[in-house]
Amino acid sequence: MSTGVDATTAWRILGSVMDPEVPVVSIVELGIVRDVGVDDDDGVRVTITPTYSGCPAMDAIADDIRAGFAREGHRAHVATVLAPAWTTDWMAPEAKARLAAFGIAPPGAAPSTRIDVRGISPLRASRAAIACPRCGATATTLVAQFGSTACKALYRCDACREPFDYFKPH
Amino acid sequence: MSAVAPIEVPSRAATHAGDASLDEALLALALRQADSPLVLAQRLCEWIGKAPILEEDIAQANVGLDLVGQARLWYAYAGEIEVRMGRVARGEDDFAFRRDASAFRNVLLVEQPNGDFAHTIVRQFLFDAAQHLALDALARSRDARVAAIAAKAAKEVDYHVERSADWVVRLGDGTAESHERMQRALDALWPYTGELFDADATDLALAEAGFGVDPRTLAAQWRETVDAVLADATLARPADGYVQRGGRDGRHSEHLGHLLCELQFLQRAYPDARW
Repeated sequence: MSTGVDATTAWRILGSVMDPEVPVVSIVELGIVRDVGVDDDDGVRVTITPTYSGCPAMDAIADDIRAGFAREGHRAHVATVLAPAWTTDWMAPEAKARLAAFGIAPPGAAPSTRIDVRGISPLRASRAAIACPRCGATATTLVAQFGSTACKALYRCDACREPFDYFKPH
Repeated sequence: MSAVAPIEVPSRAATHAGDASLDEALLALALRQADSPLVLAQRLCEWIGKAPILEEDIAQANVGLDLVGQARLWYAYAGEIEVRMGRVARGEDDFAFRRDASAFRNVLLVEQPNGDFAHTIVRQFLFDAAQHLALDALARSRDARVAAIAAKAAKEVDYHVERSADWVVRLGDGTAESHERMQRALDALWPYTGELFDADATDLALAEAGFGVDPRTLAAQWRETVDAVLADATLARPADGYVQRGGRDGRHSEHLGHLLCELQFLQRAYPDARW
């Protein structure tokens, strides 16, 4: 890159930008950085994709990216792309482990088909049993399909009785 | 990490030869797709701070946030379509805050008042189940941007319909009181569901071009889903009768004006206010 930023440096800077809602996971590990290139006017062009359409953290993330590059004397432009739609399957395995250590149950594999609500079993939803990130018990109960953010559901552990967030497969 | 595949940015040229009447139809599609989620989001946010339980207070706000996000994506596209048609550029805020009720193209169902929690849940489920199907179909649109927005929104609506169907069953097959309230809500809202599957010349032109979907083709599957969930919920599907329609053409119930008074107050009172 003609701004003096090579790909390794660019990805290192991006790797230091944390998700504002989940500060133990970087935006690279989250899978929302889709491309890095050189812009028309010689800045770094970072292409990101939103997790959810209404995610209020996207503006903060774009600001953090620009600030991260600015701290090292580089200019970055942030572009957004919608397709292909973000999926939790793009999340790095180490990030999922760190989520669990942070108290958030990491997402399982993203559903491969659209949900069918016929024959829905209330409060079981259609998803697999979720292990408690604190004690590891799999006897857990869904409390609400939407937790502290749209990307998380709220569960309660039936063994240790602690409530916890579950990062929903998406 | 540098192995991440480059993204194909949807380009108009790939799908669209610049047919002006198709642009007009696409604009109508974008506004219809935008206005329903925006209006429903405003309704959901009226619950903030006073939903029956804290978890659902948060859940409704989160669903509303998804819907606002989806509306923004469609408004942004609507603005771009207008620009390529040679019109004055309008942004997301112009569409949301500076149009009068008659310019809104949302379905009447979503502007109906919250009522009790049963009304809110039934309204949500009837809409989610239809939106789930519509977005699935639009995700296959030949217009790359329509397909991208729909595919993104569809994944979110999966969680919405799962939650609303879950509540329909819990409250319908709940106590005598919750059952009665759910049945009352269903009876009251049913006349607004017919409009969800109306097709006009715009819908048919878009479906013909492979850019949109004929809503009538979604009705049978919607009904099948609704019937199955209502059966689990021990609720009776109301008989089909009078259908209230007009929202998609800008003919709204009195409720929308009141809703927009709150939604638009700040930009109307202090145009271009920023913070």
